[in-house]
Amino acid sequence: MEAFSHLAAAAGTSTPSELKAQAAASSAGFAYGLAAIGPGIGIGYLVGKSVEAMARQPEAAGMVRTTMFLGIAFTEALALIGFVVFILIGL
Amino acid sequence: MLAEAFKFPEINAILRWQDIFTSFNKIALIAVAAAVIGIVVFLLAGNKDAKVAPKGVRNLAETTVEFIEDGIVMQTMGKSGLGWTPFLLSLFIFIYLCNVPGIIPFLQMPATARIAIPMFLALLVWVVFIGVGFKHQGIGYLKSSLFPPGVPKALYVLVTPIEFISTFLVRPFSLTVRLFANMLAGHILLVTFALLSKELFQGDTLALKPVGILPLFMLTFLTAFEVLVAFLQAYIFTILTAVYIGGSAHPEH
Repeated sequence: MEAFSHLAAAAGTSTPSELKAQAAASSAGFAYGLAAIGPGIGIGYLVGKSVEAMARQPEAAGMVRTTMFLGIAFTEALALIGFVVFILIGL
Repeated sequence: MLAEAFKFPEINAILRWQDIFTSFNKIALIAVAAAVIGIVVFLLAGNKDAKVAPKGVRNLAETTVEFIEDGIVMQTMGKSGLGWTPFLLSLFIFIYLCNVPGIIPFLQMPATARIAIPMFLALLVWVVFIGVGFKHQGIGYLKSSLFPPGVPKALYVLVTPIEFISTFLVRPFSLTVRLFANMLAGHILLVTFALLSKELFQGDTLALKPVGILPLFMLTFLTAFEVLVAFLQAYIFTILTAVYIGGSAHPEH
């Protein structure tokens, strides 16, 4: 189990570079998980509001959809940066 | 136990391909093929008689052009931006054809999952929208993008650095990372579920073999999802390009 590797490391069987790799492996998941919280809330709110707007005014649906995709693209960027960091420190 | 048997390969093992010949690997092959297919399809369509009802390859080309014009240019730049259709169309076709090999059997690698192609395209867009800004507004482009009107004078100390970073630094970076990370994430997900399914089917534990059907279902579902993602990422890259170009051509919008 990766998550408990730092406990095994605490028993004193690892070199510093191994310790570093283990710490990176167990914190990479947290990095991505934390990065996904904000964009998750943001995209949910954004799409919910867009659906509301489209249901109220179906004739403006095209415009709302374009703007919605733009908003999603900007919001999603943070989650994707988190994903890149996850790869950089985890693998 | 299974947890020990299942070992995810190194990231290089799923992304770095052997050279077919010197410094030309599968990703370069896909990118070249994407460019060639796009050019050939549109040349063929362009040589068809424009007076008869469109069918086959011309129908496809006309639908795509119409989609770019109505769905992207008219929505973001208006009528004055129609001259940008060829540029946006080439961008869209190239990115889409680079994305779609991620789900084509035996290719199974989106060329945009390596950062080189997204970064180059984003730098191209960066140069183009800054160039358009200087062409349309002269040196006033810097004023309108760095000193947005309607802000109290004292706040410019704060607003100008933020505007500089968000317009000239974050835009190309986020364009790159958005396309690259989306395609890479999709590719890694597909690899994960394919490997999991394979390990379960071929594992030693007999009781776990039927369980292998679950990751297989997930793999099928994700492959269908990747069809959508490939299109959506090409669309988002193109529409953001249109917004950036439109914004530097007409700052009042």
